[in-house]
Amino acid sequence: MTHATGKVVGVNGNLVAVEFEGQVSLNEVGYVLLGDKRLKSEIIRVRGARAEMQVFELTRGIGIGDTVEFSSELLAVELGPGLLGKVYDGLQNPLPELAEQAGFFLERGVYLNALSRETVWSFTPSVKAGDTVTRGDSIGSVPEGIFEHRIMVPFHFGGSYTVDSVVEAGEFSVTDTVATLKDEKGNQHELTMVFEWPVKRAIDIYAERLKPADPMVTKVRIIDTFIPVSLGGTYCIPGPFGAGKTVLQQITSRNAEVDIVIVAACGERAGEVVETLKEFPELIDPKTGRTLMERTVIICNTSSMPVASREASVYTAVTIAEYYRQMGLNVLLLADSTSRWAQAMREMSGRLEEIPGEEAFPAYLESVIAGFYERAGKVRLKDGTIGSITIGGTVSPAGGNFEEPVTQATLKVVGAFHGLSRERSDARKYPSIHPLESWSKYPTIVHPRKAEYARELLFRGNEVGQMMKVVGEEGTSTEDFVEHMKSEFLDAVYLQQNAFDPVDAAVSTERQVHVFDILFDLMACKLKLETKEEVRHYFNALRQRFLDYNSAEWDSEEFKKLENEIRGMIDEKRGEYETAAQELLEEINA
Amino acid sequence: MRKVYSKIEEISGNVIAVTAEGVRYGELAVVHSSHGDSLAEVIQLSYDKVSLQVFSGGRGVSTGDEVRFLGHPMQVSFSENLLGRIFDGGGRPRDNGPTLEENLIEIGGPSVNPSKRIIPRNMVRTGIPMIDVFNSLVESQKLPIFSVSGEPYNQLLARIAMQAEVDMIILGGIGLKYDDYLFFRDTLEEGGALSRTIFFVHTASDPIVESLLVPDISLAVAERFALQGKKVLVLLTDMTNFADSMKEIAITQEQVPSNRGYPGDLYSQLASRYEKAVDFEGAGSITILGVTTMPGDDVTHPVPDNTGYITEGQYYLRNGRIEPFGSLSRLKQQVNDKTRKDHRAVMDGMIRLYAEYRESLEKKSMGFRMSEWDNKLLKYGYLFERDMMDLSVNIPLEQALDRGWSILSDCFEPDETGLRTELCKEFWPTRGGEDAKATA
Repeated sequence: MTHATGKVVGVNGNLVAVEFEGQVSLNEVGYVLLGDKRLKSEIIRVRGARAEMQVFELTRGIGIGDTVEFSSELLAVELGPGLLGKVYDGLQNPLPELAEQAGFFLERGVYLNALSRETVWSFTPSVKAGDTVTRGDSIGSVPEGIFEHRIMVPFHFGGSYTVDSVVEAGEFSVTDTVATLKDEKGNQHELTMVFEWPVKRAIDIYAERLKPADPMVTKVRIIDTFIPVSLGGTYCIPGPFGAGKTVLQQITSRNAEVDIVIVAACGERAGEVVETLKEFPELIDPKTGRTLMERTVIICNTSSMPVASREASVYTAVTIAEYYRQMGLNVLLLADSTSRWAQAMREMSGRLEEIPGEEAFPAYLESVIAGFYERAGKVRLKDGTIGSITIGGTVSPAGGNFEEPVTQATLKVVGAFHGLSRERSDARKYPSIHPLESWSKYPTIVHPRKAEYARELLFRGNEVGQMMKVVGEEGTSTEDFVEHMKSEFLDAVYLQQNAFDPVDAAVSTERQVHVFDILFDLMACKLKLETKEEVRHYFNALRQRFLDYNSAEWDSEEFKKLENEIRGMIDEKRGEYETAAQELLEEINA
Repeated sequence: MRKVYSKIEEISGNVIAVTAEGVRYGELAVVHSSHGDSLAEVIQLSYDKVSLQVFSGGRGVSTGDEVRFLGHPMQVSFSENLLGRIFDGGGRPRDNGPTLEENLIEIGGPSVNPSKRIIPRNMVRTGIPMIDVFNSLVESQKLPIFSVSGEPYNQLLARIAMQAEVDMIILGGIGLKYDDYLFFRDTLEEGGALSRTIFFVHTASDPIVESLLVPDISLAVAERFALQGKKVLVLLTDMTNFADSMKEIAITQEQVPSNRGYPGDLYSQLASRYEKAVDFEGAGSITILGVTTMPGDDVTHPVPDNTGYITEGQYYLRNGRIEPFGSLSRLKQQVNDKTRKDHRAVMDGMIRLYAEYRESLEKKSMGFRMSEWDNKLLKYGYLFERDMMDLSVNIPLEQALDRGWSILSDCFEPDETGLRTELCKEFWPTRGGEDAKATA
């Protein structure tokens, strides 16, 4: 098949118009030839013999009549062993290798292999000649870090194939042939360990999609207990600037109990990626004893890098996530920030002179956002193993106002909403997730009825707080005041978490359940306290003790000692159960 | 010899169009009219129709004017000879010095490879306690001053420029009032800093298109000096004017506006400038301090809002002081543990108490009775504002920390401050000793 060629007939920002001969398709990749440079572009509209392409590089210097070569291929990523630990730009160009070649700056037109051709992998076959295979089936595996990386029949291989030959176990590079397949017509196909897949098409080779029901533990208490996320679920984190979105994402990327984390730094500050980049190779994952980098892939298209590849970067990230899900792994994709991605779409839409929707975002914004989040999910693969992709996206709403189109479109399709509040971050209450406005449709790690009870207490405590602002402390009854102090206490010792404290920074499920039960015990009973002064004093002392308790190593002597003191303090003032709590406990025990 | 085109087919706002061949995107041209020559940049190509943005504006351009393409994009001369010189937004001398034409470099180059960046680690000392103690400025940081018009933000910038420990300063003025331009020039001259300063000044009366070039020229020059190992401080005032110029031009070009008339790529445009702030491993660095005036003191206005998402914190200038609430240096944690061991504790403790002071003040204004503790806080607040927050206070970090302890000891007992006991033991001033030294 011959590839189409064309000539540039128009340039407007990063949009280039091309008159072509031959056949082209939407989202096909083409290259604008500029001197000895080839600038990667993608077709985003075709009208007659004229195609409009977004160029993934600076367009300066392109002139009318410059040659364009089309590739007949859609924008795709390379899939194979060696993705883990890599740092890519939005088009899967490896950045450290690029730096070796081009120095400090991102030189345009330089495209390197995403996967090293030199590295050898020790391949063990799992099929033999004569076996029948279809796309996505394993033909063998190589060890990649702690994972067994499945070498699969490329996903674009339709129909069924017979294994003609397969190599003996041994050392191979990704481009060496490891097997030969024969299709139904008898044609031979040589398989290597690497193949390409177009980023904008979801990989759907699984037996069925399952309901996300198991928690994805983030070790952030407010999330796991009150607004949980499930493996295979989706959530979003909108918040104004300075509220701590990126810090929360960084914490999650470190502590989340998943196999693989894919970080898509999409149009945000380069400095923040650098922190991840420089720190992850040093940090040891306690679960595996390996560095965090070995379970991480970073897709990094920061704010000053070309806008078109920013648009591509989230797709690159999700495609790599889908690839690892095919190996029965749990993958977490963190996209920071989806607003920048939406803005990239808005810029292109403006250049295409499409009729704008709200705030000039394109009318298809919602369906594109929905399409992206729908690529998450927990699936049962054909061989019965379970894999999942969880997607967490930050949203940077203009002016911190959640009514804007990107936040609203995102809220329609996600399963949990972690809204960050300026009020809480200003008061240095971290993580600044608003406990009352946020919600989740996924199951919590603690007893759901107890969590509900605690949340109601937070609501009532907040109401009393509002009232007290008007009538003062004098005008509030001691009962209401206790309610208020209980909710403030819960906020201070449980919802807030100190990311700089080595112990408090990440709290295991076991510990969360244990600690929450102690707190529930306190919340459930009336307290024998007479005056407001007494109440305040009691809670201050308890809080101080509890914060120390939070910093004590799980199950250590210190931990047990402090726990006994705390239980003692609660028992000392314990009254009878609140009516609602009494009913709840009876129901649970029944 | 490049061809000269003498038929301008369209003139609309600052954009003209000619029919020409062999022109490249981003190329420069000279428009020769009866009012003199002006540069113009190719902003759109469609078949043989070339649209150009005229730097000195479309006003007075006639359909019969000549357009000559130069075959290269916008460039600026780069050499040591720039130091001490003053240029306008188009890079032409504004002082009486010679035009520089050697060693031309392109502006608006590619961004730095993120994997070549390093984690910032050096503090830039300014002598302003509200910065040094509470929100330290860090080399390679990008930080705007958020302020309403009328606040002394240019005075603050000039002071930081004079006192910051950097090798050189590049001042990019965008829509600067002429008086302010003279103020900067005179202040730096009096302070003896002129010889390490380069000015690229676009004043409010200059053609609007030129204002768009100022950040790019300033940063292109800064980048070259940084690669040569210089620590460069770039001051950009005022970036709201830059955004407004973009808005004006986008609207005349009939682009679809996104938010309050600003173009949809406002974020990317601002980011591509601010992200030039960098610390080159094995070479110098660029630190960017900008001014973003907030129309109507509204931080949710598109310009400060987008800026806040890009920059690494912000200084709020309000009532002539750097406001401790809202001001934030995201990078301060990288440096303030290496200064003096009481730095972080003093920073947190003093701000916490100042927040309590604000609450007491509010209660007082509502007519509630003041307790003994409230009175202590009121005294503290008064001293804090007078001896720390006032912009005329000009002392090194260590002295500022000592002064902090002195203020605390004037108002409180050690255990009322919430500071750790061992720090109080070491730093709590004994009457007449540290105290006298700190206020001297």
